[in-house]
Formats: sequence, C-alpha cells, structure tokens
Amino acid sequence: MGDAFSWLYSDVVKDHFMNPKNVFNPDEGFEPDAQGMTGNVKCGDQMLFMLKLKDDVIEDVRWKTYGCASAIASTSMLSEVVKGLTIKDAYNIKPDDIAQRLGGLPDNKIHCSVLGDKALRAAIDDHLAKTGREGAFRNEGARIICTCLNVSDRDIEDAVKQGARDWEGLQARTKIGTVCGGCKKEAEELLHEYVHIFAEE
Amino acid sequence: MSSRRVYMDYNATTPLHPSVQEAMVRDLEIFANASSMHEDGRKARGRVEEARKAVAELIGCGDNPEQIVFTSGGSESNNTVFATMFHLGRKGPRRGIITSAIEHPCVLNAAKWLESEGFPVTFLKVDEYGKLDMSQLKASLGPDTLLVSIMAANNEIGTIQDMAEIGALAKASGAYFHSDATQAVGKIPVCADDWKADYLTMSCHKLYGPKGVGALYLRKGAPLEPLIRGGHQEHGHRAGTYNNIGILGFGQAARLAKEELPEYARRVFALRNKLRDGLVAAIPKVRVNGHPVNVLPNTLNLSFPGAEGEAILLYLDLAGIEVSTGSACASGSLEPSHVLLATGVGPELAHGSIRFSLGRATSEEDVDYIIEQLPPIIKRLRAMSTVEA
Ligand SMILES: Cc1ncc(COP(=O)(O)O)c(C=O)c1O
Ligand code: FES
Repeated sequence: MGDAFSWLYSDVVKDHFMNPKNVFNPDEGFEPDAQGMTGNVKCGDQMLFMLKLKDDVIEDVRWKTYGCASAIASTSMLSEVVKGLTIKDAYNIKPDDIAQRLGGLPDNKIHCSVLGDKALRAAIDDHLAKTGREGAFRNEGARIICTCLNVSDRDIEDAVKQGARDWEGLQARTKIGTVCGGCKKEAEELLHEYVHIFAEE
Repeated sequence: MSSRRVYMDYNATTPLHPSVQEAMVRDLEIFANASSMHEDGRKARGRVEEARKAVAELIGCGDNPEQIVFTSGGSESNNTVFATMFHLGRKGPRRGIITSAIEHPCVLNAAKWLESEGFPVTFLKVDEYGKLDMSQLKASLGPDTLLVSIMAANNEIGTIQDMAEIGALAKASGAYFHSDATQAVGKIPVCADDWKADYLTMSCHKLYGPKGVGALYLRKGAPLEPLIRGGHQEHGHRAGTYNNIGILGFGQAARLAKEELPEYARRVFALRNKLRDGLVAAIPKVRVNGHPVNVLPNTLNLSFPGAEGEAILLYLDLAGIEVSTGSACASGSLEPSHVLLATGVGPELAHGSIRFSLGRATSEEDVDYIIEQLPPIIKRLRAMSTVEA
C-alpha cells in the first residue's frame, strides 16, 4: 500500500465509501430478526448490524455506524457479501476476505474494518440466542493462536469481554503463552485490538 | 475527485508566499558557505544577517537581532530549550517544569522525557475554552521551578493565552519562561519583551516560508545548551552550515508577515466568522471549540456530534476541501485530540471535530463552497450513525 490515504481512492473502496450499500434507513420499515452492536463511541467507532433471516439463511441486512471511512467501506462490502449466506458461512467470513475484496487496506485501517465483522457475529449470536442455541458457533472460524495450550482468537475475545485488559489479565484467564511463549506477539496484538473494540473504558 | 481544491489547512503548513519564492529563486546562486571569509561567503553571510534582523523585527526585538538563533524548525527550537533545562536541572537546585496539557507533541514529549529523567513536571489544566488555569499556575510556581513553557496560541483550537500575565508570573518566581509561538507569529502581534520571554519558538513554514527552517529567540544572558554540537555557527548555539536559501526565505516571510499582519488578520477573521456563522446556521448541534474571543483569526474548530471526523474529512476531501480532524482514526493512534480532551469536550466530540485553518489565499467563494458542501455530508453521516446527534 502507498500512503495512508491512497487506499481510499481505489475505485472499489471509493464506491463503497461514496455510496454505501444496505445502510439502515428508518423510512424503509426494515424489521430485523436479529441484531448486534459492537464498539463504542468513546473509541471513535461503533457498529450496528441487523439481519433478516429465513431458516438460518441471511435474506437481507442493514447496518449503521459511527465510524471512519474504512469502517463504512468495509461494512458496505460485508453487507453485500453476506446476503444469501447461511449464518454459519457468514460467521466464518474473515476480515481479511473483506479487506482483500476492497483491494487491501493499510495496516492502521484493518482494525476499523474488523468492526463490521464483529457486529455481524454479534447479530448472528443474537439470532442463535433467540432460537435457543446460545453460543452454538463459539468455535466457528476460531483460529488457534497458542498451539501449546489450544487458545483461540475467540478465547482471547471472550477473555477481554470478561474484563482482561492486559497481558497478565489475559494469562490469568486463558493461561496463554505460559509454555513456549511463541504466541505472545500475535496474542498481544489481538488483545490490543479487542480491548479497543470491546472495552468500555 | 472534485477538480476544485479549497485548502483550509494553513495551520498544518502554508504555501510559499509568491514574493518569498521569488526571493529564494533569485538568490539561489548564493551558494557559498556563509562562514567562509571570501567575498562570496561574506555575501551569503550578509543575507543571513539581514534575515536575522527581519525575524527579530517580527517579534519586536529588531535592535538585538543576535538574539535570534536559526534552527531547522519549531520542533528543534522547542527541544533545544528542554535539552538546556535538562543540563541546568542536573547541576542546579531548580528542577520543576511547568507546561500545559495542550502543547504541541514536540513540547509534550520533551516534557515527558524530562519527567522520565526524574524532573517534576506539571501539565497545567485548561478550561473549556482552552485557557490556562491561572490559579493552578500560581499554585504550581515555587522556588524549585526551573521552566515555565506555555504555547502562545494553540494549533488545533486557536486559543490564545494571556502571555504577558503568564510571563510576569513565571519571571516573578525566578523561573525561565519559554513560549512556543509557532502558531502565533504572523497571525497576532508577538513581542518577546512584552511577554518577558527568555525563549520563544518560531517556525518558518507556518508563515508562508519554506519548511525546515525555524528560529529560537534567546533573551540576552539566557543559557543555552546546543542540541547540535559542531562548528561555531550561531555563536556556538547551533552547529551546521548555514541554510542560506531557507534562512533568506524566512527573512522575506518575516518581513511580509509583519507588513501584512493587520490587513491579513482583519480579512481572515471576517472570513473565519462567516464560515462559523454559515455552518452553525446550516447544521444543527454544531459545537464551536476554542475561545470565543481570544482565538487566532484564521482558526475555526468545530465538533459535529454523531459524525466521525475522519469520515467527514474524507468526504470533504472528495469534494476538494482540505481540512484536518481531531479524530483518533485519522491520527493512526487510538486516542482522539489531546487538546480537545483537555478542554473537557469528551471523546465523542473530539472524534467528531474538524479544524478549518484559513490563510492568505482563502476567498469568500471558498467559504461559500464549504457552507454549501458540508451540511449534506453531516446530514448523511448522522443518518447512518449509531449515535444520536
Ligand atoms: C504549536 C506548534 N509547535 C511546533 C510545531 C512544529 O514545528 P516544525 O514543523 O517547524 O517542527 C508546530 C507545527 O506543527 C506547531 O503547530
Ligand atoms: S504457543 Fe502459546 S505458549 Fe507456546
């Protein structure tokens, strides 16, 4: 990638930023079956993802955000991609897939694009909870970060949601990195990311 | 992208004044080392000294141009002062450093460096308008205070401090007084003596001169520890072969800034207020940041609740309008503007802030164009926002 802003002017990104798809419009009367919210305004970005579902297939979606340009562009792209997918397939979409469809995002923008993906999963979790399957996809799409102790990115996310804010807090909850320590760098990056997205303070 | 470009980011940097550019191009052949004794060297040195006088005149000390030390810019000038304090504090009894929470990062980080070296550092609070808490200043000053460093005008919100009053308090306590006047010179009258400044920082690229040149005013007798050691240039205060062309560009920029100041300030302030009034009228719930009166004539900082700053900036950019934002996303860090947070606006308003900084070339049409382009952008972002405006 070139300079910090050149990504914005790829035709794909520009189109999604200029004309974001599936943005919620109150006049439309869109009635979601499930929805999920993530991020918080204090950190400068928040995302709400709404789903219309039939037999676990995503029929239509709407979203809203208080977020930056890459959050807008990537969520717009995500909202197009998930239509027609089963909730399981949608749950397994990786932020990287979306970034790639946008022609790549600079490193400092990846975290903004993760927001849409997290909100989508929160919405699917909401649907699962409403249909008596709470937590059913807990390990869907999870990626093992610590191979010694079998700790996944989802486990790190859960630990942060339960209050872990630093490496010690994360270790106290997951034991991550206490064997060979080889996972520390990647785990810390994820920890930082998730604290930004999920921590209230 | 729009073919129309409206540059409203003059606090970030300015284009060369045509007359500065002309002077620099005209004298480009003056290549000789200004320290050389031969004729060409003397000629180059002559230009450097003329520029020094012009810069001195800009801050009201034209009779003593030797008080001006040329540097590579505002960051270097500020760091030179803090490095000097490091050496003084290690030897002498005074070690306390007092600065404000809203300084430019080059002062904040220099102060934090001293803190990490064991110096007691106070970051003074500001009120909702960005004005220094004077009672906290008074309470913080003491026999241990080594330096008071307060910016004359803030780069983000434009708030101007009561410099003469702050200087008098600092001097009465026996401390050295430094002001980062980078954003003030050329925009408001600046007089180092009136402020009782021992040190004053300037940067040339903020006043229509070239980048990479600045100056440090050094009151006669004030100590200085060079940041860059080497030859005896600048009375040994700052080594390195003279940047002839940059320095003479600075001289010309300083002359023009002094000459044009009253007219510039009057014109730009009227345009700035027109922009403020137009946007406040066209967009609901705009917050005007910074001081309502004691503010740089060219600076307008607004917050748009419910809309995120980087998104606003980039929609404006696509419309050809160039501004800056206090949003975290744009800065690449996760924290929004430290200046706005210090004024107590809260992270949400800081993330949704936009700085318009006007300049010499700003026209009525530019202002009208923004008043036409921005309201639909805010409306649209608010419509898609999870946050109530
Ligand atoms: C208030 C203030 N101080 C210092 C600086 C740094 O000046 P320079 O870019 O010349 O290093 C700037 C410019 O960004 C500034 O606005
Ligand atoms: S991979 Fe995590 S401790 Fe070895």
